[in-house]
Amino acid sequence: MLYNEPSPLETRVLSRRFGMERSESIETYLATEGYQAFLKAAKMTPDAIINEMKVSNLRGRGGAGFPAGMKWSFVPRTSPKPKYIVVNADEGEPGTCKDRVLMENDPHQLIEGVLIAGLAVDAHAGWIYIRGEYRYLIDIMDRAIAEAYAGGWLGKNIQGTGFDFELYTHTGAGSYECGEESALLESLEGKRGVPRIRPPFPAVAGAFQCPTVLNNVETFCAAPAILLNGGAAFAALGIPKAGGTKFTCLTGHINKPGVYELRLGFPVKQMIEEVGGGMRNGKKLKAFIPGGSSCPVLTAAECEGATMDYDSMAQRKSMLGSGGVVIMDEDTCMVKVCLRLMKFYAHESCGWCIPCREGTTWLNKIMTRLHSGGGSEQDIGLLGDIAKNMLGRTFCPLGDAAALPMISIVEKFRGEFEDHLNGKPCPFEHSNRMVTA
Amino acid sequence: MPGPRLTHMTFSPQLEAKFAKLLESYPAGRQRAAMIPMLLYAQDEIGSVSDELVEEVAQRVGVTPLQVNEVVSYYSMLHREAHGKYHVQVCTNISCLLHDADQLLEHTCRKLGIENHGVTADGQFSIEEVECMGACSWAPAIQINYDFHHFVTPEKLDRLLDGLRKKQ
Repeated sequence: MLYNEPSPLETRVLSRRFGMERSESIETYLATEGYQAFLKAAKMTPDAIINEMKVSNLRGRGGAGFPAGMKWSFVPRTSPKPKYIVVNADEGEPGTCKDRVLMENDPHQLIEGVLIAGLAVDAHAGWIYIRGEYRYLIDIMDRAIAEAYAGGWLGKNIQGTGFDFELYTHTGAGSYECGEESALLESLEGKRGVPRIRPPFPAVAGAFQCPTVLNNVETFCAAPAILLNGGAAFAALGIPKAGGTKFTCLTGHINKPGVYELRLGFPVKQMIEEVGGGMRNGKKLKAFIPGGSSCPVLTAAECEGATMDYDSMAQRKSMLGSGGVVIMDEDTCMVKVCLRLMKFYAHESCGWCIPCREGTTWLNKIMTRLHSGGGSEQDIGLLGDIAKNMLGRTFCPLGDAAALPMISIVEKFRGEFEDHLNGKPCPFEHSNRMVTA
Repeated sequence: MPGPRLTHMTFSPQLEAKFAKLLESYPAGRQRAAMIPMLLYAQDEIGSVSDELVEEVAQRVGVTPLQVNEVVSYYSMLHREAHGKYHVQVCTNISCLLHDADQLLEHTCRKLGIENHGVTADGQFSIEEVECMGACSWAPAIQINYDFHHFVTPEKLDRLLDGLRKKQ
């Protein structure tokens, strides 16, 4: 089911079946061109499939934005080892709730995307790693997988193509770090979710040390549309260098929070005003996170002229990220927001490497002190120092994910930190009383 | 070396079937991969990760109990202590915080008369403040066991908890 009304400004490609009667069933899927992209791909060479993915300009939708076609091309197809497909459905980046919607409303689209990746790299088995909290989605995916087996769309000699594929679901058990691809692979193998040292990258030594294509749910879900209508048609939906649409989760202080499929390059202002129905209670925008809590925060002024794509966000020294947009109004205490984020990263750091384990712990401690009014001027500088010393010094991006928002919030909202010094009560505590809908 | 095991845990037929399928879901010799799903599904059935369960899972996937324990201690959903029958998980991460989730958590604690991580004396309810659960656009959100509840107000929460109390 859908938890928010769709917007007329959406470009519905991956979400085109949403809202149809029993959109999650194989009957609905087959009646609406379902599995036709797989049949088309089965007649193509692996190189032609990968080329179509490259032409589409599809970049990884989990947050890192690596070109998907290129990632698929790194798999050594001639390796004697089996090749595997792994779907990252460990959605956990704060602000992000889109993979949930994709799996809930159109699980067969994900299965078909996995099959296409299987054809492209000669893989015959795959796992969908779903976060443990999404138990009902594991049930939905299991039902869809059972339907696909029963209909001959999974298993041996699929639809007489000679292609075999076995697909399984796998549950996580509560760990943000397992959304990082190498930690996810460790977790899949039944271990603590700590990252692996790379190289080798998963394309060469991934699941069970075999060559693996590992992508986000949304990335795989784009593959059927790309194969069916051509990579060029998908690319044309977006902007140069970034093709297609992006599932965007509008969250925070706006009138119509929700998950919307928007073409890449969608103007930020129009997204807030028209898709999101404007700021709640007519308040002014103060701060904006483009794609999950790990992205540097933008001020309202920086949002002027910004568009939702990789380059526009990079120009503003932030990232498009996962699509988890967080919108904060003028009454938001940025110190409180920052504290909550640092508490999160300290809790989720896997502890494997010291700059992240100690860095996130100290950022959380200092932020706790500052927000309670017990901080000193020195602490503000210390936050930036610690964060800058974490950057680029950790095995996986979690250290950077904590440091980047920290640095940006201190730089852009330093005055608010100063307002919390010398035992002063949080200046937002009174105006911060918000009415929940 | 430990001696031969005298007892084996038995689970419901549905769970045993799930375990059998899990052990076939990974490449040969890689059955350790079934460990985390087994632990979580078994925990759902028996209430917590007991010492006995650690031994049982270790035996079934072919590792030592220590190797199971190091995994259990890593994952936030695996717990050695029993939760309440209804485990109320309140997300207070950023998108929920912007919709007053910290106050919702306080309200939940007051309503149930326990603190965060506490269990009511009758064992019916427990509370846990959790990290982002993937319901950000429908904040504030909570999960009671595996059920999501969106746009939760204090009033809605009261109705939910009162309804569960009556069910007992």
